[in-house]
Amino acid sequence: MHLALYGVILGLLIGGVYALMASGLALVWGVMRMINLAQAAFVILGAYLDYTAYTMLHVDPFVAIVPIAVLMFALGVGIYYLFFRPLKAERQTLSTLVSYALLLAGVGVLGAVYSTNVRFISPAYGLQSWTVIGFQLPVVEVYGFVISAALVGGLFWFLSSSRLGRAIRAATQNPTAATLLGVKTEWVGAVGFGIGTATGAAAGGLYGMIYSFNPNSSLDLVGILLSIVVVGGFGSLGGAIAAAVGLGVTSSLVFVYAPVWSGLGFYGILVAVLLFRPQGLWGVPQWRVE
Amino acid sequence: MRQVTGWGAGRAVVVFGTLLALPFIFSQDWVVDIAFFGLMYAVLAVAWNLIGGYAGYIWLGFITFFGLGAYALTISFQHVVLTSVWSPFLVIIPIGLGLAALSIPVALLLLRVRGATFAVVSLAVLFLAEICASNWTTITNGAEGMGMPTPPIAASLFSRPFYLAMLCLLAVVLLFSWYVLRSRLGLMLFAIRADEERARGLGVPTTTIKVVAFAASCGFAAMAGGIWAYYVGFIFPIFAFSANTMFATVMMVYLGGRGTLWGPLVGALLVAPAQEYLAYTLGNSQLYLIAYAAVFLLVIRFLPRGIVPTVHDSWVRRRARGAVGGSERLVST
Repeated sequence: MHLALYGVILGLLIGGVYALMASGLALVWGVMRMINLAQAAFVILGAYLDYTAYTMLHVDPFVAIVPIAVLMFALGVGIYYLFFRPLKAERQTLSTLVSYALLLAGVGVLGAVYSTNVRFISPAYGLQSWTVIGFQLPVVEVYGFVISAALVGGLFWFLSSSRLGRAIRAATQNPTAATLLGVKTEWVGAVGFGIGTATGAAAGGLYGMIYSFNPNSSLDLVGILLSIVVVGGFGSLGGAIAAAVGLGVTSSLVFVYAPVWSGLGFYGILVAVLLFRPQGLWGVPQWRVE
Repeated sequence: MRQVTGWGAGRAVVVFGTLLALPFIFSQDWVVDIAFFGLMYAVLAVAWNLIGGYAGYIWLGFITFFGLGAYALTISFQHVVLTSVWSPFLVIIPIGLGLAALSIPVALLLLRVRGATFAVVSLAVLFLAEICASNWTTITNGAEGMGMPTPPIAASLFSRPFYLAMLCLLAVVLLFSWYVLRSRLGLMLFAIRADEERARGLGVPTTTIKVVAFAASCGFAAMAGGIWAYYVGFIFPIFAFSANTMFATVMMVYLGGRGTLWGPLVGALLVAPAQEYLAYTLGNSQLYLIAYAAVFLLVIRFLPRGIVPTVHDSWVRRRARGAVGGSERLVST
């Protein structure tokens, strides 16, 4: 029982980081109706940049996340204009395939630059932990959870209160009407994609402190992120966050009892959701979205 | 509906005649080896085109069945000593049929979603299969991989029987693809791609038709996987269920022209030998991943319909212009 509870707590902590990754995906789905498979490569790129900042520039890995997110926002906007904006016919499926191409290119570039050796961001406090009523909580995972929660909260605030955030939501709900009301939908798409990339990279920095990684970790993450957005329901930011936490807890529990199969926890839930509620737990049925 | 034309039959005879003669003209084993992978990708591309091109369903779990075919053959030949080269090729036929049948429940589950959602959910199937193959060690021997028995062939001619087997499979899948194109089945698949709701409204049994195309593509992938496993002799989960093979297949179909009969074959025969040759000369680095992505992005940007439709159209246009020019000449002389 103690062990199971410990599994749930660790799952909650890592689920927060997954929620940050997935919120970027849900945002990109909102503005582009596209599932950005390259998000997983952005996450691992963020982890590598954080690793470089820590090992070569000796910046604290939590602090380094800020400039990395800014940099990756710019990269995301650039990628949007270069690869996604020119697509015209069959935009939805083609942009998914383009993001698949970017994912593989990302794995290739990271492999060429950083080699395929496994890396891990280990600051001096990396192995410390707090003991709270008998549970050992690793410092890094607690910080990671707090930062993720703050960033996801900030994203919610941005989307609900700022002018640009409201423009993004308007473009998400009805692109044509938003254009008629003076929203520049292309720019909104670029900003949405940029923010999605930045949140992914920020989550990557946290991920690299919790798990070891190499370029191929991107491919493992794809499956996890896909399960999260499908289970949560496309376009539902709240759904993605709830699914991320739920799936984090599930896979952590599976890990406690059957370590090799922990990757399967995600897929089991994915199959169940497809069987009984294909639009996702918090999603709108597809025929109403499109 | 398409009928057999002299042009089409002639094209098939020339292409398959050349491919059949190739291992006897260039008998060096490395040439046949490279050509084998060209044919393998051609089979995969033509098979993927059935569901991805004709029906427009971006089925990114396709390579799962390639890997399942590879494992099915390897598992059924554990602890067997081969006396003839050919017997495993016969076993591939029931494996293909069996896995096509197994793909039907998978299809019924996945086809509950459409469009980009279908694409990414089906990609999850591939990752799921890879995890299972890596961890279900009692059956697959996990990440350590498992081997096929070595066939009794001279090393200098090793690739030849595998090449010929893959060529037979390519002929079958291309014939099937041609049959689908000229039948009601093809018309219904195109109708689904254009507007699924309207097709259903007009009486197309959409689910049945999609499942048929899906199962056929999976069956052919499984057979190709079986021949591949037998040829390479030792298989690992990461190579049998590879996201790179998956993307390469899709990229070749888009390069050649999706939804056409010959496009996937053209795309595969252009890209796969080039990739194998570069891997030979440059060593196997991850750079080919970048090359795959770059080719795909360039095709999407500058040749969105693929090579075959673009070349065909420009040829038709030039012939039309030639006809007009001819009539002018007639007038002037």
